[in-house]
Amino acid sequence: MADMNGDQIILDVKQATKAFGGLLAVNGLDLRLPKRALQGLIGPNGAGKTTAFNLITGIIPLTNGAVEFKGERVDGLEPFEITRLGIARTFQNIRLFSNLSVLDNVRIAYHAHAGYGLVDSILRSRRFTEKEAELTEKALDFLDIFKLADIADETARNLPYGQQRRVEIARALACNPALLLLDEPAAGMNPREILELMELIHFIRDRFELTILLIEHQMRVVMGICEYLTVMDFGEVIARGTPREIQENQTVVEAYLGKGAGKSAAS
Amino acid sequence: MEQLGYLLSSTVKILGLIAWIFGLLWGLGRKPLWQKLLTIVAAFAVIQALFGFKIGSFQFFSAFDQGLLFQAVTMAMVALGLNLIYGFNGQFSLAQWGFYGLGAYCSADVTYRWSNGDAGGLIVVGLGVILAGVAIGLVRMFLNRKRGVPVLSAFTFYLFGILAAVFIAVQVGKPLATACLPLFGTVDAPGPLSAPIFLQIVFPLSVIFAGAFAAEVSFLFGLPVLSLGSDYFGIATLGFSIVVQTLMVNSDTILPFPEMKGGRGMIGITKLTTWFWAFAFLIFVIMLIRNFVRSSTGRATLAVREDEIAARAMGIDVASSKLLAFVLGSFVAGIGGGIYAHYIGFLSPNTFSFIKGFDPLIIVVFGGLGSLTGTVAAAFGWIFFLEGFLRVLLGQLGTDAPSWRFVLYPITLLLLMLLRPKGLLGTTEWGFFQASIVKRKIAAPLDKGKGEGVAATPPPPSEVGKPTTGNKH
Repeated sequence: MADMNGDQIILDVKQATKAFGGLLAVNGLDLRLPKRALQGLIGPNGAGKTTAFNLITGIIPLTNGAVEFKGERVDGLEPFEITRLGIARTFQNIRLFSNLSVLDNVRIAYHAHAGYGLVDSILRSRRFTEKEAELTEKALDFLDIFKLADIADETARNLPYGQQRRVEIARALACNPALLLLDEPAAGMNPREILELMELIHFIRDRFELTILLIEHQMRVVMGICEYLTVMDFGEVIARGTPREIQENQTVVEAYLGKGAGKSAAS
Repeated sequence: MEQLGYLLSSTVKILGLIAWIFGLLWGLGRKPLWQKLLTIVAAFAVIQALFGFKIGSFQFFSAFDQGLLFQAVTMAMVALGLNLIYGFNGQFSLAQWGFYGLGAYCSADVTYRWSNGDAGGLIVVGLGVILAGVAIGLVRMFLNRKRGVPVLSAFTFYLFGILAAVFIAVQVGKPLATACLPLFGTVDAPGPLSAPIFLQIVFPLSVIFAGAFAAEVSFLFGLPVLSLGSDYFGIATLGFSIVVQTLMVNSDTILPFPEMKGGRGMIGITKLTTWFWAFAFLIFVIMLIRNFVRSSTGRATLAVREDEIAARAMGIDVASSKLLAFVLGSFVAGIGGGIYAHYIGFLSPNTFSFIKGFDPLIIVVFGGLGSLTGTVAAAFGWIFFLEGFLRVLLGQLGTDAPSWRFVLYPITLLLLMLLRPKGLLGTTEWGFFQASIVKRKIAAPLDKGKGEGVAATPPPPSEVGKPTTGNKH
């Protein structure tokens, strides 16, 4: 817990609660992310992890509690406003703009920073020409970093799964975030792709000075790259700690495998 | 034999027009400005010359064909607007026809009053449209400062803002119109404003104002309704078209416009649409839509169609994006209406029934959702095929035969949808409508300082990329 006191806290989720009717999907979630942290949010299916992401990004409103980003409250803002403040995310089931090209997918993420308005584009002013060229150049540089420049013209839908994931991460980073939320980035990947993904996550954190929070089921990824874990079950936090601490935590083992599983030799 | 000749000449006509459209788009897509201008002048001159072209009794563009051409131009505008809303933004709208009707009536009323020595139409509509625009801007600024105003409350603010603007416009416009009255003179001694040249100025103004009027109505209508899901939005827009038509039928009783003559139809509109104006407005609309679509805002519009949630997560204001596309599409429809009213010279509420409102929808789907080229080509092809080709061809078989075109053309549609479910052109574009090709400045991407850092760190997966890098088109 040492790193949580000295450093600047970038995301502070305080007692976040979401009730769907009588069901508490997320109940009193506390989450603090210091700058440049790489933390994981894990838990069995239906634990409320994705709901927690949706609360942070404003896609669904909080029932109770608060979300602070860089010391300012962001709960109650529209999702697009939160993104513009610097929180970007990817989705569990990839949500690319599937009929558009890879380049356009990334250029869309630049929209908020395009630097020209509607009047400029309709009149094709000098500003439009300059900024549009600049934006395209920036997007292409970006695709270079992710080794996607060769397929810039390809329709996103036609890409293999692993590449779609990378396009989605590239697109999220093009929003110029300070905090990146990755929702199950390794889902459906084969072992080699997972290895590459782990390298990619490390690389983007260093390259873009990001804070990263990820949801993941693949324990290899979680234990391999996360510095700190928060474990949820039935909407509540059941454990926190380093990957090593979590692996030995009895409550966590029970949540995943059922009561008594930790003691039983058969499991 | 006569039928055969007709068959031949109309086929040539349809193919020629399609070639003309593609040529126009190709020329507009050229980079140098003088080539664009030359294309516009040439495209205009070709048709204008054909209007007067006559050998003996044979006329390439008969008066009937000229009518079809104007109809095709208006249809192309309305369909372009609809393609923006439905094809590019993904909002299934049946209101387009209603906005078309609003534009037609609005601009017809302005010129009708002017031709009858009353400047009130132009002044009130012009002032109203401008003031309402200002009111929308002010309310928007006010609402941006206040956070979390529900949609319906925002709607109420806008509504009152616009009503106030209209009230001011009417109060200011009436005395101004009265002051202008002497300038029109009498029938025996026409004043300076009665000169025909003024009508040529009032006409394009009335068309622009009609477009703006339709756009403002669509803003007010779209604000609350666009937040509905797509199917529900579709039903609401159907309702809008029906409301508009009902208002037209009762324009002389529940609305204070006796000159519109309600269900009997508005007569006596000066036929001001010349090929020059029709073509000028067509070029204007084509440029407007294309410049919008091929910009960052246009890409945001596409993103909303593809995936709303992802668009939000990318920092796109989905509600504004939808509203913008809807307003722009309606603006274009209003302009189309203005052109139509002054070509036909007679407006009947029956023309604007929602059943006819499916026509632009058919054109958009027929040409290809999301293909502007397809829309323009389909609009011309559709009008000339259905109203020109089939009607006259069948007309030679007997007096009742022309009705059979409504059997023949749905069959054509059925066949097309079976053979090419994405429309004639799918999403492919031609010439001017094409997205500009992205050229890389740097050939070797990793030569830069930053790039080296990337190469040194364990590079992100490259093997995965290989299968597709090979067959890059």
